[in-house]
Amino acid sequence: MREELLTVIEKNSRIDLKELAVILGVQEVDVVNELAALEAEGVICGYHTLIDWEKTSNEKVSALIEVRVTPQRGQGFDNVAERIYRYPEVRSVYLMSGGYDLMVILEGKTLREVSSFVSDKLSTLDTVLSTATHFILKKYKDHGTVLSQVREDEREMITP
Amino acid sequence: MRNPLADKVVEIKPSGIRKFFDIVSEMKDAISLGVGEPDFDTPWHIRDEGIYSLEKGRTFYTSNSGLKELRQEICNYIHRKHGVAYDPMTEVLITVGGSEAIDIGLRAMINPGEEVLIPQPSYVSYEPCAILAGAKPVIIDLKAENEFRLTAEELEAAITDKTKILILPFPNNPTGAIMERKDLEAIAEVILKHDIFVMSDEIYGELTYKEKHVSIVELPGMKERTILINGFSKAYAMTGWRLGYACGPREILQQMTKIHQFAIMCAPTTSQYAAVEALKNGDDDVAEMRTAYNQRRRFLMNAFREMGLECFEPYGAFYVFPCIKEFGMTSDEFATRFLEEEKVAVVPGTAFGDCGEGYLRISYAYSLEKLKVAIGRMEHFVKRLRAEKKGN
Repeated sequence: MREELLTVIEKNSRIDLKELAVILGVQEVDVVNELAALEAEGVICGYHTLIDWEKTSNEKVSALIEVRVTPQRGQGFDNVAERIYRYPEVRSVYLMSGGYDLMVILEGKTLREVSSFVSDKLSTLDTVLSTATHFILKKYKDHGTVLSQVREDEREMITP
Repeated sequence: MRNPLADKVVEIKPSGIRKFFDIVSEMKDAISLGVGEPDFDTPWHIRDEGIYSLEKGRTFYTSNSGLKELRQEICNYIHRKHGVAYDPMTEVLITVGGSEAIDIGLRAMINPGEEVLIPQPSYVSYEPCAILAGAKPVIIDLKAENEFRLTAEELEAAITDKTKILILPFPNNPTGAIMERKDLEAIAEVILKHDIFVMSDEIYGELTYKEKHVSIVELPGMKERTILINGFSKAYAMTGWRLGYACGPREILQQMTKIHQFAIMCAPTTSQYAAVEALKNGDDDVAEMRTAYNQRRRFLMNAFREMGLECFEPYGAFYVFPCIKEFGMTSDEFATRFLEEEKVAVVPGTAFGDCGEGYLRISYAYSLEKLKVAIGRMEHFVKRLRAEKKGN
């Protein structure tokens, strides 16, 4: 049930427990226990909401920053990653294979805020060799969901 | 002027599903639970392969039997699923949907007056196709107490010395019934004893929720006397691509191909290229859709239980077939009032044969959100009917 449960709530974390139990074909108490276990194991890290901020009056700027760093002896990349992800404006940090080491996704209120973060905070870290900042112009799809698309049922009536 | 029409065609009555659809399409904010096709889009990688084939200029006819590569993939698929080997060169025909295969299969095998056994409730095309092929359709009424499976006794009782073909429509539209291995073994004995042929329509074969679908061709002696019909519409959400296939004994396929080549030429080329991709890389998509259907199926079964509405648990296709006999009205009356008063369209069981009286077909090829709204209205309706009945 674990995988199916995760697949369902990954798409809809607001589904109620009773309904979840029904569609998975298990008892409600089993769902409760499994969710608790998944939370305790850190498999479920939160129940966030996917928001298309573009459609609100709240303007945000997102940037994707490629960061090349010098790994530290005994620490690898973990230490520098931690220094970066502790900033609240940093949304995500990934260790990457290929031409750079860390991918940092940043969300700021203005262009200036983002650029000052890169120039004042990120670039000045000892271990950071270089950065390349890409501003995100438009999000088409996020977390497997196509934004800005409402589709009608286009199936026509047909017999048989 | 002379009568321009053929009596045989005029006498065929139009499909019973139609009437409701006509009303629904006129009605504002009506919800339909009547549609018999997947609500999913064809998976993108399959569509992409169709597009790519067009870009490459693959816009010609294929051979009459279909792309060799596709026939080969179909044989691989059947071998993978059922452990049965077909020869792609002589035992497979690609058709325009499973429906064409049903039609030409019957036309290739029937001599005037021979009998075709049609278990009902079932898909509405078998009977008219049998009539058009010159057969005498013989209906076997399936029973709710057998979970609408075909039993050996029912089959035995329907066979005469004119019986030629048994149509085997499982997993079943509209009941959602399946035939498990033991059920098939029981009827296979009767089939062999009377030396009749089988047309096994397994278009919903990928959509079962208990054990994996068993095909009758897996049983000893059955492949030689069975036309296996399947297609891409239901499993891969490819209804609009119009693609199906038939597998069977060489001498039958040869004659079917003859009709196909004169009437149709070949199935759509773009669809055939897309279908190759579906068979090669589509297993995960099928599994994902199956899981979603299964969740909806459980949701509906639970809703009926809570409503106190009698319904056997269906393990296949994407339909449930609840019983409405407690309300003392016909399926047609129930469906008409339900549509008029609650604006939800369902199909009366009688559209699939007289023995569907007292039942409704509800399709769950709809999102859970939509099903929830519809079931809310159904609860409301059922409550009102029960109150009415008490009042009388």
